[in-house]
Amino acid sequence: MFLVIDLAMILEKLVLIVIVVMASLVIAMYATYAERKVAAILQDRRGPNRAGPFGLLQPVADGIKLFFKEEIIPDFSSKFLFILGPSMAMMTAIMTGAVIPWGDKLQLFGRDIPLQIADVNVGILYVFAVVSMGVYGIMIGSWASNNKYSLMGGLRAASQIISYELAMGITLIALLMVTGTLSLKEMVLQQHSEGWHFGWNIRYQPLGFLLFLICAFAECNRTPFDLAEAENELIGGYHTEYSSMKLGFYLFAEYINMFVSSVIMATLFFGGYDIPFLNEATLSPNIAALVGIVALMGKVCCFLFFFMWVRWTIPRFRYDQLMNLGWRVLIPLALVNMLATGAVVLLKNNNWHF
Amino acid sequence: MLAGIMSITEILFWFLAVLALGSAIMVITSKSPVHSVLWLIVTFFAISGHYILMNAQFLAIVNIIVYAGAIMVLFLFVVMLMNLNANSEPQKNRNLQFAGLISGGCLFLVLVTALMKSDVSTNHLMSGGDAGLIKNLGKVLFNDYLVPFELSSVLFLSAMIGAVVIGKRSD
Repeated sequence: MFLVIDLAMILEKLVLIVIVVMASLVIAMYATYAERKVAAILQDRRGPNRAGPFGLLQPVADGIKLFFKEEIIPDFSSKFLFILGPSMAMMTAIMTGAVIPWGDKLQLFGRDIPLQIADVNVGILYVFAVVSMGVYGIMIGSWASNNKYSLMGGLRAASQIISYELAMGITLIALLMVTGTLSLKEMVLQQHSEGWHFGWNIRYQPLGFLLFLICAFAECNRTPFDLAEAENELIGGYHTEYSSMKLGFYLFAEYINMFVSSVIMATLFFGGYDIPFLNEATLSPNIAALVGIVALMGKVCCFLFFFMWVRWTIPRFRYDQLMNLGWRVLIPLALVNMLATGAVVLLKNNNWHF
Repeated sequence: MLAGIMSITEILFWFLAVLALGSAIMVITSKSPVHSVLWLIVTFFAISGHYILMNAQFLAIVNIIVYAGAIMVLFLFVVMLMNLNANSEPQKNRNLQFAGLISGGCLFLVLVTALMKSDVSTNHLMSGGDAGLIKNLGKVLFNDYLVPFELSSVLFLSAMIGAVVIGKRSD
């Protein structure tokens, strides 16, 4: 409890926070570009190729366009909440990065700098709490718009996120039985694999990973679960009334959420910054840390591509199908997964005797 | 050094206390029900902050997940669907107000007596301790309070299965 006040530590954490926030923003920016490129490839087009080489400046151009667009706040809306909505969506999207171990530690200026903002011992629950806060951004914004299509979109989003959170939570319980810790850093250390030993959690929890992946799609409001903004039923869903950068915040928060959930999945099931079949201790610590970050980003890029691939391949669900999948398929499966994992863990602790 | 540390904890404590009380008062005074719900969420956050000050991280996070994250979303749901606005709020009748006054007064009396009886001289409020850390909490729950814990978990599981069954019956 007695925190020793250490200026160097505060400075170090501040720098880390700035880097993590900037990095998630930049990655989210280029995720929009990647999304358009992936869509183009899947639809046999070229995609954005006018702004800069290969269209690489397209996200910048999009951002500038959004900033300069006319900002309209509807007369009948409640102004404060109307602005609070997108801000909360953005804030909760960024906040998750605080507990993620981005890499091992760097040795700079004679100090060990852990590449994690806060190693709290309830790490994964913190992520869960922030995710459940994400609903408010959408709900507040949709209600404040004072438009029934917006409200419908917001209610859909909220009920969808709550329903899928349940299955996600039960899946996590099974994973926690295997790892025995809530700290994300410790989970990554446990999954450390070298030589022919392969320790990633996906080995023990393949079904758990599949369920978690589906729930992550629903939590991010991505196709095939993007019922909240189904344009052919609800005009634009919860952001119908939004314009300019406030709309940009909503759209942007979706990409940050995608990035963050990719990182979480990589950390929980795919060893985080661990490189398979390589003993990081043989490298010098700084190089090992940097290679670890690159490895994590590589895994994240695979997930981001998967998110986009699914979006441009699978059509949107109907709302009753969505709820059926959540309540009648995912939750029972997650319960079975939890019970089976519990039984196996119990047997193993008992040296395989009944 | 130590004095500086204590004062940071104290500053945080006073900030959170003012925030909790202020937002709790806003819950009952704001005209629009949606605003009331939002202020209640702020109150839950302030209380979670207090839990963290007492080093009860698990309780703090669970308070946010369950109360601020799930139950308040349902509250907001209902309030938004009923479309209660500041101007369409129904006038409460006199008897109801009177009953509210009496029950609220009783609760206040109970709280005041409980506070008077409690031992506030010890400084366990500020110094924390690690009873609230998840490891110790788990050990206490599964050693000393196993039966109540299992019973309540069965209760929650049956509630969840009940929801699935109700969903299944509809077609």
